[in-house]
Amino acid sequence: METFISEFGTIWGGFLATLALAAASAVLSLVWGTVLATMRVSPVGPLRSFGTAYVEIVRNTPLTLLFFFFVFVAPSLGLLVGLGFQWSLAALTLYTSAFVCEALRSGINSVGVGQAEAARSIGLTFGQTLTQIVLPQAWRTSIPPLISVLIALTKNTSVGAGFAYAELVTVQRTLMTENPADALFVFFGIALMYLVITIPLGVTAGRIEKRVAFAR
Amino acid sequence: MKLTKTSTWIAAGAIGLVALTACSSGGDDTADVAASDFPEGSTMAALAEAGTITIGTKFDQPLFGLLAPSGDPEGFDVEIGKIIAGELGISEDGIEWVETVSANREPFIQDGSVDIVVATYTINDERKELVSFAGPYYNAGQALMTLTETDDIESPDDLAGKVVCSVTGSTPAQNIADNYPDAELALFDAYTDCLEPLRNGQVDVVTTDNVILAGYVADSDDEFKVVGEPFTEEPYGIGLALEDDEFRDWINDVLEEIFEDGRWLDAWNETAGTVLPEPDVPTVDRY
Repeated sequence: METFISEFGTIWGGFLATLALAAASAVLSLVWGTVLATMRVSPVGPLRSFGTAYVEIVRNTPLTLLFFFFVFVAPSLGLLVGLGFQWSLAALTLYTSAFVCEALRSGINSVGVGQAEAARSIGLTFGQTLTQIVLPQAWRTSIPPLISVLIALTKNTSVGAGFAYAELVTVQRTLMTENPADALFVFFGIALMYLVITIPLGVTAGRIEKRVAFAR
Repeated sequence: MKLTKTSTWIAAGAIGLVALTACSSGGDDTADVAASDFPEGSTMAALAEAGTITIGTKFDQPLFGLLAPSGDPEGFDVEIGKIIAGELGISEDGIEWVETVSANREPFIQDGSVDIVVATYTINDERKELVSFAGPYYNAGQALMTLTETDDIESPDDLAGKVVCSVTGSTPAQNIADNYPDAELALFDAYTDCLEPLRNGQVDVVTTDNVILAGYVADSDDEFKVVGEPFTEEPYGIGLALEDDEFRDWINDVLEEIFEDGRWLDAWNETAGTVLPEPDVPTVDRY
Protein backbone atom coordinates (compact mmCIF):
# COMPACT_ATOMS: atom_id res chain seq x y z
CA MET A 1 0.00 0.00 0.00
CA GLU A 2 2.82 2.34 0.95
CA THR A 3 4.52 1.80 -2.38
CA PHE A 4 1.32 2.48 -4.25
CA ILE A 5 1.01 5.85 -2.53
CA SER A 6 4.66 6.89 -2.51
CA GLU A 7 5.12 5.87 -6.14
CA PHE A 8 1.84 7.28 -7.34
CA GLY A 9 3.65 9.75 -9.60
CA THR A 10 5.25 6.86 -11.50
CA ILE A 11 1.97 4.97 -11.63
CA TRP A 12 0.17 8.06 -12.91
CA GLY A 13 2.78 8.41 -15.66
CA GLY A 14 2.15 4.82 -16.69
CA PHE A 15 -1.60 5.39 -16.55
CA LEU A 16 -1.37 8.41 -18.86
CA ALA A 17 0.86 6.46 -21.25
CA THR A 18 -1.67 3.62 -21.35
CA LEU A 19 -4.55 6.05 -21.78
CA ALA A 20 -2.80 7.98 -24.57
CA LEU A 21 -2.01 4.80 -26.48
CA ALA A 22 -5.53 3.42 -26.01
CA ALA A 23 -7.25 6.67 -27.00
CA ALA A 24 -5.08 7.39 -30.05
CA SER A 25 -5.31 3.87 -31.40
CA ALA A 26 -9.07 3.79 -30.70
CA VAL A 27 -9.65 6.86 -32.88
CA LEU A 28 -7.40 5.60 -35.68
CA SER A 29 -8.86 2.07 -35.51
CA LEU A 30 -12.41 3.37 -35.75
CA VAL A 31 -11.50 5.38 -38.85
CA TRP A 32 -9.47 2.67 -40.59
CA GLY A 33 -11.95 -0.01 -39.49
CA THR A 34 -14.82 1.93 -41.07
CA VAL A 35 -12.86 2.29 -44.30
CA LEU A 36 -12.19 -1.46 -44.27
CA ALA A 37 -15.87 -2.26 -43.65
CA THR A 38 -16.81 0.01 -46.55
CA MET A 39 -14.35 -1.86 -48.76
CA ARG A 40 -15.80 -5.20 -47.73
CA VAL A 41 -19.37 -4.22 -48.75
CA SER A 42 -18.41 -2.13 -51.77
CA PRO A 43 -19.39 -3.14 -55.31
CA VAL A 44 -15.72 -2.95 -56.42
CA GLY A 45 -14.22 -6.46 -56.54
CA PRO A 46 -10.55 -5.67 -55.84
CA LEU A 47 -11.47 -3.51 -52.84
CA ARG A 48 -13.62 -6.32 -51.43
CA SER A 49 -10.77 -8.78 -51.90
CA PHE A 50 -8.30 -6.43 -50.24
CA GLY A 51 -10.64 -5.87 -47.28
CA THR A 52 -11.24 -9.59 -46.84
CA ALA A 53 -7.56 -10.47 -47.12
CA TYR A 54 -6.55 -7.74 -44.66
CA VAL A 55 -9.10 -8.75 -42.04
CA GLU A 56 -8.39 -12.46 -42.34
CA ILE A 57 -4.62 -12.02 -42.12
CA VAL A 58 -4.44 -9.37 -39.40
CA ARG A 59 -7.23 -10.74 -37.25
CA ASN A 60 -5.59 -14.15 -37.16
CA THR A 61 -2.08 -12.89 -36.36
CA PRO A 62 -1.10 -12.59 -32.70
CA LEU A 63 -0.75 -8.98 -31.62
CA THR A 64 2.69 -9.73 -30.18
CA LEU A 65 3.87 -10.65 -33.68
CA LEU A 66 2.69 -7.30 -35.05
CA PHE A 67 4.61 -5.51 -32.30
CA PHE A 68 7.59 -7.72 -33.03
CA PHE A 69 7.39 -6.77 -36.70
CA PHE A 70 7.46 -3.04 -36.01
CA VAL A 71 10.12 -3.14 -33.33
CA PHE A 72 12.51 -5.82 -34.58
CA VAL A 73 11.76 -6.88 -38.16
CA ALA A 74 10.97 -3.63 -39.97
CA PRO A 75 14.09 -1.87 -38.65
CA SER A 76 16.38 -4.71 -39.72
CA LEU A 77 14.86 -4.50 -43.20
CA GLY A 78 15.74 -0.81 -43.10
CA LEU A 79 12.07 0.19 -43.32
CA LEU A 80 11.42 2.02 -40.08
CA VAL A 81 13.62 2.98 -37.22
CA GLY A 82 12.44 4.07 -33.82
CA LEU A 83 10.93 2.84 -30.61
CA GLY A 84 8.06 3.63 -28.35
CA PHE A 85 4.74 5.33 -28.91
CA GLN A 86 4.39 5.52 -32.68
CA TRP A 87 5.22 1.86 -33.30
CA SER A 88 2.94 0.65 -30.53
CA LEU A 89 0.26 2.87 -32.03
CA ALA A 90 0.82 1.41 -35.49
CA ALA A 91 0.70 -2.21 -34.31
CA LEU A 92 -2.40 -1.71 -32.15
CA THR A 93 -4.26 0.29 -34.81
CA LEU A 94 -3.62 -2.18 -37.61
CA TYR A 95 -4.73 -5.02 -35.34
CA THR A 96 -7.80 -3.43 -33.77
CA SER A 97 -9.18 -2.03 -37.03
CA ALA A 98 -9.71 -5.58 -38.31
CA PHE A 99 -12.04 -6.18 -35.35
CA VAL A 100 -13.73 -2.79 -35.76
CA CYS A 101 -14.34 -3.67 -39.41
CA GLU A 102 -16.04 -6.93 -38.51
CA ALA A 103 -18.16 -5.35 -35.75
CA LEU A 104 -19.33 -2.68 -38.18
CA ARG A 105 -19.93 -5.16 -40.96
CA SER A 106 -22.25 -7.15 -38.72
CA GLY A 107 -24.09 -3.88 -38.12
CA ILE A 108 -24.28 -3.22 -41.86
CA ASN A 109 -25.62 -6.71 -42.43
CA SER A 110 -28.36 -6.07 -39.92
CA VAL A 111 -29.73 -3.20 -41.99
CA GLY A 112 -32.50 -4.61 -44.16
CA VAL A 113 -31.64 -5.19 -47.82
CA GLY A 114 -34.85 -3.35 -48.67
CA GLN A 115 -33.38 -0.09 -47.36
CA ALA A 116 -30.45 -0.22 -49.72
CA GLU A 117 -32.73 -1.19 -52.59
CA ALA A 118 -35.08 1.67 -51.78
CA ALA A 119 -32.16 4.09 -51.63
CA ARG A 120 -30.90 2.93 -54.99
CA SER A 121 -34.39 3.18 -56.52
CA ILE A 122 -34.64 6.84 -55.62
CA GLY A 123 -31.33 7.42 -57.34
CA LEU A 124 -28.78 7.52 -54.50
CA THR A 125 -25.26 6.40 -55.38
CA PHE A 126 -23.41 3.68 -53.43
CA GLY A 127 -21.59 6.34 -51.43
CA GLN A 128 -24.79 8.19 -50.57
CA THR A 129 -26.62 4.98 -49.68
CA LEU A 130 -23.78 3.97 -47.38
CA THR A 131 -23.13 7.27 -45.63
CA GLN A 132 -26.76 8.45 -45.32
CA ILE A 133 -28.82 5.31 -45.00
CA VAL A 134 -26.80 2.27 -44.02
CA LEU A 135 -23.82 3.40 -41.89
CA PRO A 136 -25.78 5.56 -39.41
CA GLN A 137 -27.98 2.58 -38.60
CA ALA A 138 -25.04 0.16 -38.67
CA TRP A 139 -23.11 2.29 -36.16
CA ARG A 140 -26.01 2.25 -33.71
CA THR A 141 -26.41 -1.51 -33.86
CA SER A 142 -22.65 -2.00 -33.63
CA ILE A 143 -22.14 -0.08 -30.40
CA PRO A 144 -22.07 -3.08 -28.01
CA PRO A 145 -19.54 -5.09 -30.06
CA LEU A 146 -17.50 -1.96 -30.75
CA ILE A 147 -17.22 -1.23 -27.04
CA SER A 148 -16.01 -4.78 -26.48
CA VAL A 149 -13.38 -4.16 -29.13
CA LEU A 150 -12.31 -0.92 -27.42
CA ILE A 151 -12.09 -2.57 -24.00
CA ALA A 152 -9.98 -5.33 -25.52
CA LEU A 153 -7.85 -2.61 -27.13
CA THR A 154 -7.27 -0.94 -23.75
CA LYS A 155 -6.04 -4.19 -22.29
CA ASN A 156 -3.98 -4.97 -25.39
CA THR A 157 -1.91 -1.82 -24.82
CA SER A 158 -0.13 -3.90 -22.16
CA VAL A 159 1.67 -5.81 -24.93
CA GLY A 160 3.67 -2.59 -25.40
CA ALA A 161 5.37 -3.32 -22.07
CA GLY A 162 7.50 -5.95 -23.76
CA PHE A 163 8.44 -3.61 -26.60
CA ALA A 164 9.99 -0.55 -25.03
CA TYR A 165 6.74 1.35 -24.45
CA ALA A 166 6.66 2.39 -20.79
CA GLU A 167 3.01 1.99 -19.80
CA LEU A 168 1.18 0.58 -16.76
CA VAL A 169 2.52 -2.95 -16.93
CA THR A 170 6.07 -1.63 -17.27
CA VAL A 171 5.49 0.43 -14.13
CA GLN A 172 3.99 -2.58 -12.37
CA ARG A 173 7.02 -4.76 -13.12
CA THR A 174 9.46 -2.04 -12.14
CA LEU A 175 7.72 -1.35 -8.83
CA MET A 176 7.30 -5.04 -8.05
CA THR A 177 11.00 -5.73 -8.55
CA GLU A 178 11.97 -2.64 -6.61
CA ASN A 179 9.58 -3.28 -3.71
CA PRO A 180 9.10 -7.03 -3.65
CA ALA A 181 7.53 -6.85 -0.19
CA ASP A 182 4.70 -4.66 -1.47
CA ALA A 183 4.12 -6.65 -4.64
CA LEU A 184 0.48 -7.56 -4.01
CA PHE A 185 -0.65 -4.00 -3.47
CA VAL A 186 1.21 -2.83 -6.54
CA PHE A 187 -0.36 -5.60 -8.57
CA PHE A 188 -3.92 -4.86 -7.50
CA GLY A 189 -3.30 -1.12 -7.74
CA ILE A 190 -2.24 -1.44 -11.36
CA ALA A 191 -5.18 -3.74 -12.16
CA LEU A 192 -7.43 -1.04 -10.66
CA MET A 193 -5.95 1.58 -12.99
CA TYR A 194 -7.10 -0.47 -15.98
CA LEU A 195 -10.60 -0.63 -14.52
CA VAL A 196 -10.54 3.16 -14.22
CA ILE A 197 -10.34 3.25 -18.02
CA THR A 198 -12.50 0.30 -19.00
CA ILE A 199 -15.45 0.54 -16.61
CA PRO A 200 -16.42 4.13 -17.57
CA LEU A 201 -16.07 3.02 -21.19
CA GLY A 202 -18.66 0.31 -20.60
CA VAL A 203 -20.97 2.65 -18.70
CA THR A 204 -20.77 5.32 -21.40
CA ALA A 205 -21.50 2.71 -24.01
CA GLY A 206 -24.62 1.64 -22.13
CA ARG A 207 -25.83 5.25 -22.03
CA ILE A 208 -25.18 5.87 -25.71
CA GLU A 209 -26.88 2.63 -26.59
CA LYS A 210 -30.02 3.64 -24.73
CA ARG A 211 -30.07 7.06 -26.34
CA VAL A 212 -29.66 5.90 -29.91
CA ALA A 213 -31.63 2.67 -29.63
CA PHE A 214 -34.46 2.34 -32.08
CA ALA A 215 -37.04 -0.24 -32.88
CA ARG A 216 -36.57 -2.10 -36.14
CA MET B 1 9.62 -24.47 -18.26
CA LYS B 2 10.77 -27.61 -16.62
CA LEU B 3 13.41 -29.89 -17.91
CA THR B 4 12.09 -33.07 -16.47
CA LYS B 5 11.97 -36.29 -18.35
CA THR B 6 10.45 -39.42 -16.94
CA SER B 7 13.76 -41.14 -17.39
CA THR B 8 15.50 -38.41 -15.40
CA TRP B 9 13.09 -38.95 -12.54
CA ILE B 10 13.63 -42.68 -12.59
CA ALA B 11 17.39 -42.19 -12.68
CA ALA B 12 17.15 -39.59 -9.93
CA GLY B 13 15.07 -41.92 -7.79
CA ALA B 14 17.55 -44.72 -8.27
CA ILE B 15 20.46 -42.47 -7.37
CA GLY B 16 18.56 -41.25 -4.35
CA LEU B 17 18.16 -44.81 -3.14
CA VAL B 18 21.81 -45.51 -3.71
CA ALA B 19 22.77 -42.38 -1.81
CA LEU B 20 20.47 -43.37 1.04
CA THR B 21 22.22 -46.67 1.52
CA ALA B 22 25.51 -44.76 1.48
CA CYS B 23 27.24 -46.81 -1.15
CA SER B 24 27.20 -44.42 -4.08
CA SER B 25 29.88 -45.29 -6.58
CA GLY B 26 30.48 -41.55 -7.03
CA GLY B 27 31.36 -41.29 -10.72
CA ASP B 28 31.48 -37.53 -11.29
CA ASP B 29 31.86 -34.80 -8.68
CA THR B 30 29.05 -36.18 -6.58
CA ALA B 31 30.13 -36.33 -2.97
CA ASP B 32 29.81 -39.61 -1.15
CA VAL B 33 27.31 -38.49 1.46
CA ALA B 34 24.08 -39.74 2.96
CA ALA B 35 21.14 -37.90 4.43
CA SER B 36 22.27 -39.00 7.89
CA ASP B 37 25.47 -36.99 7.45
CA PHE B 38 23.42 -33.82 7.82
CA PRO B 39 21.60 -32.54 10.91
CA GLU B 40 18.24 -34.19 11.25
CA GLY B 41 15.37 -32.13 9.87
CA SER B 42 17.68 -29.81 7.91
CA THR B 43 17.07 -28.84 4.30
CA MET B 44 20.32 -30.58 3.38
CA ALA B 45 19.12 -33.85 4.88
CA ALA B 46 15.78 -33.57 3.10
CA LEU B 47 17.40 -32.85 -0.27
CA ALA B 48 20.02 -35.57 0.15
CA GLU B 49 17.31 -38.03 1.05
CA ALA B 50 15.15 -37.09 -1.93
CA GLY B 51 18.18 -37.33 -4.20
CA THR B 52 16.85 -34.45 -6.28
CA ILE B 53 17.13 -30.71 -6.14
CA THR B 54 15.33 -28.02 -8.13
CA ILE B 55 17.61 -25.17 -9.13
CA GLY B 56 16.44 -21.95 -10.73
CA THR B 57 18.78 -20.36 -13.23
CA LYS B 58 18.62 -18.15 -16.29
CA PHE B 59 18.28 -19.75 -19.70
CA ASP B 60 19.23 -16.74 -21.77
CA GLN B 61 22.51 -15.58 -20.31
CA PRO B 62 25.58 -16.74 -22.18
CA LEU B 63 28.52 -17.76 -19.95
CA PHE B 64 26.35 -17.97 -16.81
CA GLY B 65 23.08 -19.72 -17.55
CA LEU B 66 22.26 -20.51 -21.16
CA LEU B 67 20.08 -23.30 -22.47
CA ALA B 68 22.28 -25.33 -24.80
CA PRO B 69 20.83 -27.00 -27.90
CA SER B 70 21.05 -30.29 -25.98
CA GLY B 71 18.33 -28.98 -23.65
CA ASP B 72 20.62 -28.64 -20.64
CA PRO B 73 21.62 -25.25 -19.31
CA GLU B 74 25.32 -24.42 -19.13
CA GLY B 75 27.48 -21.68 -17.67
CA PHE B 76 29.14 -20.55 -14.46
CA ASP B 77 25.89 -20.37 -12.45
CA VAL B 78 25.02 -23.84 -13.65
CA GLU B 79 28.43 -25.19 -12.56
CA ILE B 80 28.01 -23.62 -9.12
CA GLY B 81 24.58 -25.26 -8.89
CA LYS B 82 26.07 -28.62 -9.85
CA ILE B 83 28.79 -28.32 -7.20
CA ILE B 84 26.24 -27.57 -4.48
CA ALA B 85 24.06 -30.46 -5.61
CA GLY B 86 27.14 -32.68 -5.72
CA GLU B 87 27.99 -31.78 -2.12
CA LEU B 88 24.51 -33.02 -1.19
CA GLY B 89 25.23 -36.31 -2.91
CA ILE B 90 22.98 -35.41 -5.84
CA SER B 91 24.37 -36.13 -9.29
CA GLU B 92 23.69 -34.04 -12.40
CA ASP B 93 20.78 -36.31 -13.31
CA GLY B 94 19.11 -35.46 -10.02
CA ILE B 95 19.02 -31.73 -10.75
CA GLU B 96 15.85 -30.29 -12.14
CA TRP B 97 16.64 -26.98 -13.85
CA VAL B 98 13.89 -24.37 -13.83
CA GLU B 99 14.08 -21.12 -15.74
CA THR B 100 13.99 -18.14 -13.42
CA VAL B 101 13.82 -14.68 -14.97
CA SER B 102 14.58 -11.57 -12.94
CA ALA B 103 10.97 -11.01 -11.88
CA ASN B 104 10.05 -14.50 -10.65
CA ARG B 105 13.05 -15.37 -8.49
CA GLU B 106 11.61 -14.30 -5.13
CA PRO B 107 8.15 -15.83 -5.78
CA PHE B 108 9.70 -19.13 -6.90
CA ILE B 109 11.82 -19.32 -3.75
CA GLN B 110 8.93 -18.31 -1.51
CA ASP B 111 6.44 -20.81 -2.88
CA GLY B 112 8.99 -23.63 -2.95
CA SER B 113 9.02 -24.03 -6.74
CA VAL B 114 12.80 -24.06 -6.50
CA ASP B 115 15.17 -25.10 -3.70
CA ILE B 116 17.87 -22.60 -4.63
CA VAL B 117 18.35 -19.92 -7.27
CA VAL B 118 21.72 -19.43 -8.96
CA ALA B 119 20.85 -16.86 -11.60
CA THR B 120 23.16 -13.81 -11.70
CA TYR B 121 21.18 -12.86 -8.62
CA THR B 122 22.41 -9.65 -7.02
CA ILE B 123 22.31 -9.58 -3.22
CA ASN B 124 20.55 -6.44 -1.98
CA ASP B 125 18.65 -5.28 1.09
CA GLU B 126 15.15 -5.29 -0.42
CA ARG B 127 15.57 -8.88 -1.54
CA LYS B 128 17.03 -9.90 1.82
CA GLU B 129 13.63 -9.19 3.34
CA LEU B 130 12.09 -11.93 1.23
CA VAL B 131 14.79 -14.52 0.66
CA SER B 132 18.13 -15.50 2.14
CA PHE B 133 21.40 -15.24 0.27
CA ALA B 134 24.48 -17.40 0.48
CA GLY B 135 27.62 -16.03 -1.11
CA PRO B 136 28.56 -13.92 -2.97
CA TYR B 137 30.34 -16.32 -5.28
CA TYR B 138 31.18 -13.58 -7.80
CA ASN B 139 31.26 -9.79 -7.83
CA ALA B 140 29.92 -8.33 -11.04
CA GLY B 141 29.30 -4.69 -11.90
CA GLN B 142 27.02 -2.75 -14.20
CA ALA B 143 28.66 -1.69 -17.47
CA LEU B 144 27.78 -0.29 -20.88
CA MET B 145 27.85 -1.92 -24.31
CA THR B 146 27.74 -0.05 -27.63
CA LEU B 147 28.38 -0.73 -31.28
CA THR B 148 32.08 -1.06 -31.99
CA GLU B 149 32.08 2.11 -34.09
CA THR B 150 30.42 4.27 -31.42
CA ASP B 151 33.01 6.59 -29.88
CA ASP B 152 31.09 9.23 -27.93
CA ILE B 153 30.10 7.04 -24.98
CA GLU B 154 32.82 6.15 -22.51
CA SER B 155 31.13 6.23 -19.13
CA PRO B 156 27.64 6.61 -17.66
CA ASP B 157 28.26 10.37 -17.57
CA ASP B 158 27.96 10.40 -21.36
CA LEU B 159 24.44 9.00 -21.34
CA ALA B 160 22.48 12.28 -21.39
CA GLY B 161 20.15 12.27 -24.38
CA LYS B 162 21.08 8.71 -25.35
CA VAL B 163 18.61 5.87 -25.62
CA VAL B 164 19.62 3.22 -23.09
CA CYS B 165 18.25 -0.30 -23.44
CA SER B 166 17.68 -2.58 -20.47
CA VAL B 167 15.12 -4.90 -18.92
CA THR B 168 11.88 -3.81 -17.28
CA GLY B 169 12.19 -4.00 -13.50
CA SER B 170 15.91 -4.83 -13.47
CA THR B 171 18.44 -3.31 -11.08
CA PRO B 172 20.54 -1.80 -13.91
CA ALA B 173 17.47 -0.09 -15.38
CA GLN B 174 16.57 1.28 -11.96
CA ASN B 175 20.09 2.54 -11.44
CA ILE B 176 20.00 4.48 -14.72
CA ALA B 177 16.58 5.92 -13.90
CA ASP B 178 17.72 7.02 -10.43
CA ASN B 179 21.23 8.30 -11.13
CA TYR B 180 21.28 9.30 -14.79
CA PRO B 181 17.84 10.85 -15.33
CA ASP B 182 18.91 12.56 -18.58
CA ALA B 183 19.22 9.21 -20.31
CA GLU B 184 16.17 7.89 -22.10
CA LEU B 185 15.33 4.30 -21.10
CA ALA B 186 13.99 1.74 -23.55
CA LEU B 187 12.83 -1.32 -21.62
CA PHE B 188 12.23 -4.80 -22.99
CA ASP B 189 11.46 -8.18 -21.44
CA ALA B 190 14.95 -9.61 -21.87
CA TYR B 191 18.45 -8.29 -22.50
CA THR B 192 18.63 -10.28 -25.72
CA ASP B 193 15.77 -8.10 -27.02
CA CYS B 194 18.17 -5.14 -26.82
CA LEU B 195 20.65 -6.58 -29.32
CA GLU B 196 18.67 -6.11 -32.54
CA PRO B 197 17.66 -2.51 -31.65
CA LEU B 198 21.33 -1.78 -30.86
CA ARG B 199 22.36 -3.12 -34.28
CA ASN B 200 19.63 -1.08 -35.96
CA GLY B 201 20.45 2.12 -34.12
CA GLN B 202 17.09 2.25 -32.33
CA VAL B 203 19.02 2.39 -29.06
CA ASP B 204 22.51 3.76 -28.42
CA VAL B 205 23.63 1.70 -25.43
CA VAL B 206 22.75 -1.54 -23.69
CA THR B 207 23.38 -1.68 -19.96
CA THR B 208 23.45 -4.52 -17.47
CA ASP B 209 26.09 -6.43 -15.53
CA ASN B 210 29.50 -6.62 -17.24
CA VAL B 211 29.39 -10.41 -17.29
CA ILE B 212 26.19 -10.52 -19.28
CA LEU B 213 27.48 -7.96 -21.76
CA ALA B 214 30.72 -9.92 -22.16
CA GLY B 215 28.65 -12.89 -23.32
CA TYR B 216 27.00 -10.81 -26.02
CA VAL B 217 30.31 -9.29 -27.12
CA ALA B 218 31.79 -12.78 -27.40
CA ASP B 219 28.94 -13.83 -29.70
CA SER B 220 28.82 -10.66 -31.77
CA ASP B 221 31.63 -10.98 -34.35
CA ASP B 222 33.16 -7.65 -33.26
CA GLU B 223 29.89 -5.78 -33.71
CA PHE B 224 29.67 -4.77 -30.04
CA LYS B 225 32.11 -3.65 -27.37
CA VAL B 226 31.96 -3.10 -23.62
CA VAL B 227 33.02 0.46 -22.81
CA GLY B 228 34.64 1.77 -19.64
CA GLU B 229 34.81 0.22 -16.23
CA PRO B 230 31.94 -1.33 -14.26
CA PHE B 231 30.30 1.45 -12.25
CA THR B 232 28.33 -0.50 -9.64
CA GLU B 233 28.93 -3.51 -7.43
CA GLU B 234 26.67 -6.48 -8.01
CA PRO B 235 27.55 -9.31 -5.65
CA TYR B 236 25.97 -12.48 -7.04
CA GLY B 237 24.49 -14.70 -4.36
CA ILE B 238 22.59 -17.95 -4.14
CA GLY B 239 18.98 -17.38 -3.20
CA LEU B 240 17.19 -19.70 -0.79
CA ALA B 241 14.23 -19.69 1.55
CA LEU B 242 14.15 -16.90 4.11
CA GLU B 243 15.32 -17.88 7.59
CA ASP B 244 16.78 -21.20 6.52
CA ASP B 245 20.01 -20.15 8.20
CA GLU B 246 21.27 -23.70 8.54
CA PHE B 247 21.11 -24.25 4.78
CA ARG B 248 22.64 -20.83 4.11
CA ASP B 249 25.57 -21.46 6.44
CA TRP B 250 26.12 -24.83 4.85
CA ILE B 251 26.19 -23.34 1.31
CA ASN B 252 28.56 -20.64 2.54
CA ASP B 253 30.84 -23.38 3.90
CA VAL B 254 30.72 -25.14 0.53
CA LEU B 255 31.58 -21.89 -1.26
CA GLU B 256 34.56 -21.21 1.00
CA GLU B 257 35.71 -24.76 0.46
CA ILE B 258 35.58 -24.51 -3.33
CA PHE B 259 37.28 -21.08 -3.30
CA GLU B 260 40.12 -22.85 -1.49
CA ASP B 261 40.41 -26.13 -3.34
CA GLY B 262 40.28 -24.67 -6.85
CA ARG B 263 36.91 -26.04 -7.95
CA TRP B 264 35.50 -22.51 -8.07
CA LEU B 265 38.30 -21.36 -10.39
CA ASP B 266 37.95 -24.48 -12.55
CA ALA B 267 34.23 -23.82 -12.95
CA TRP B 268 35.03 -20.22 -13.88
CA ASN B 269 37.71 -21.13 -16.39
CA GLU B 270 35.48 -23.65 -18.14
CA THR B 271 32.66 -21.14 -18.58
CA ALA B 272 32.81 -17.37 -18.13
CA GLY B 273 36.61 -17.47 -17.91
CA THR B 274 36.79 -18.14 -21.65
CA VAL B 275 35.84 -14.49 -22.20
CA LEU B 276 36.21 -12.61 -18.92
CA PRO B 277 39.38 -11.98 -16.90
CA GLU B 278 39.96 -14.09 -13.81
CA PRO B 279 38.09 -12.50 -10.87
CA ASP B 280 39.34 -11.95 -7.34
CA VAL B 281 38.11 -14.55 -4.91
CA PRO B 282 35.01 -13.10 -3.27
CA THR B 283 34.49 -12.94 0.48
CA VAL B 284 31.40 -14.73 1.71
CA ASP B 285 29.04 -12.34 3.48
CA ARG B 286 27.66 -14.11 6.56
CA TYR B 287 25.09 -11.52 7.47
